[in-house]
Amino acid sequence: MIGKDKHSCEKGEKNCQHLCCTKIEKFNVVIGKTKIIEDVNLHIHCGELTALIGTNGAGKSTLLKAILGEVKHSGVLKYFDAKGVRSGNPCIGYVPQYLNFDVSTPTSVLDVFMACTTSIPSWLMTPNSIRSRVRQSLEKVKAEHLIDRRLGALSGGELQRILLALALDPIPDLLLLDEPVSGVDHNGLELFYDIVSELREKYDLSIILVSHDLALVEKYADRVILLEGRVICNGTPEEVFKDERTRKAFGMLRSGQYGKEETSSVVEREES
Amino acid sequence: MLDLWYGLVNTLLPFQWVEYTFMKNALLAVLLATPLFGILSTMVVSSRMAFFSDSLGHGAFTGIAIGTLVGGISPLWGIILFSVTFAILITIIKNTSKTSPDTIIGVFASTAVALGLVIMSFGGGFNKFSSFLIGDLLSIAPSEILMLLGIFVGIILLWVFIFNKLLIISINPSLAASRGINTLLIEILFASALAVVVAMTIHWVGLLIINSLLVLPAAAARNITNNVKQYHFVSVGFAVLSGVTGLILSYYLNTATGSTIVLISAMLYFATFTIRGRFLG
Repeated sequence: MIGKDKHSCEKGEKNCQHLCCTKIEKFNVVIGKTKIIEDVNLHIHCGELTALIGTNGAGKSTLLKAILGEVKHSGVLKYFDAKGVRSGNPCIGYVPQYLNFDVSTPTSVLDVFMACTTSIPSWLMTPNSIRSRVRQSLEKVKAEHLIDRRLGALSGGELQRILLALALDPIPDLLLLDEPVSGVDHNGLELFYDIVSELREKYDLSIILVSHDLALVEKYADRVILLEGRVICNGTPEEVFKDERTRKAFGMLRSGQYGKEETSSVVEREES
Repeated sequence: MLDLWYGLVNTLLPFQWVEYTFMKNALLAVLLATPLFGILSTMVVSSRMAFFSDSLGHGAFTGIAIGTLVGGISPLWGIILFSVTFAILITIIKNTSKTSPDTIIGVFASTAVALGLVIMSFGGGFNKFSSFLIGDLLSIAPSEILMLLGIFVGIILLWVFIFNKLLIISINPSLAASRGINTLLIEILFASALAVVVAMTIHWVGLLIINSLLVLPAAAARNITNNVKQYHFVSVGFAVLSGVTGLILSYYLNTATGSTIVLISAMLYFATFTIRGRFLG
């Protein structure tokens, strides 16, 4: 279980090298009278991709929003860097599940970057130095050709990569990814995860990923957490997918709530 | 200060329609107010706040009634004060309650306008307020123009500081929160700016159409622009163009100035709507 984790942050604080971590302690979210999330404790290590899986309404997105501070919650979020020099609130990068924006909005990719990363009003001027910096950011996600594209003219996969590049400027201590349920095809998702994996190694990123695609989770995640209001199961993908409780949770999925795509990924996993 | 403007107009614009001082005043007011409408409307449309900005007119209307009833402070300050309070109240409730924004705005707007009408009709003296419904751009006093100049500078400065944040909020509030933006504060600032401009201009333009000036310029600009710079440039351009043309036309046609301006804005909207496919990348 997490509490007994060998790489706990207390050690990291003192002497562990190349280890920084984010601690989520005793997170509870109550909306009205319903407990959405109950006593969630997680340690997220640098360079690790942690996937959150669970059924619909298991509180995955709510947990991300609680970490972002957007949803009222109890519990604390702490960050410790490798040498224990800097600790406190982590700098969080966030890739939302979907952007509910008006597709006719006259906003280019460059505008969004300027708005997010600079205080120079984008309606007034764009210095060349900013433009080249944004181009560099976009190169990280193989999207430099999209710099002047209107947001509404991007495909789902392109938009997701842009949002990833945005979340990586500045390089965050903790990256939260909320995988889109629809709008991005399978190839788009694979490309996205390839880029994420590559960046994770390059920048030693801590990543929490909410995923609906179990095949991709198995391929890319270092650690999987099954969430069902609270943490049911936590371990390597192999451990979690072998676990009776996971099988039960996604056995339930197969007969109901989710669509065919979800079912097929479960089957794929079992075959492999 | 205004004498300088009068002299300038006399030399640069030797036309009949600016011979009168009230036209010179109106022209200056149009040149100051329409760019503000153009700028603010970009985010009114992008943030889907057309209904909200409409309710601000209702708030200002009640402000007029209360200001007249209470007395003491000058009516204009009364209107501004009430409108800003009204706008901040709606923004806070909208952000903290789970009820759909249009319901909240609808509740507030109808309450405000009913309250305003009750106060105004009290004792049967509604007629003296009816000019607020249609507005009178030619009644502008020099002191009001100076005040408008102050508001103009204030809003441009505010826009320099809050636009970036407002843009991200309009795209996605969660994204904005993850970048450490205080969304409520920014929304309150924007709502207050809108309220001030509406309160300042409502008795020139009129309650019935003031909202169109906060929607049409940007709505037309969106049809043919692809980024924020073009969006602002075209929106401000359309607003100023329709403002000045409307003022001149209303002088010769002897029509209500505010409505003439709105009609020209609307024509620009429909014109850009028909050619929009050619511009969008």
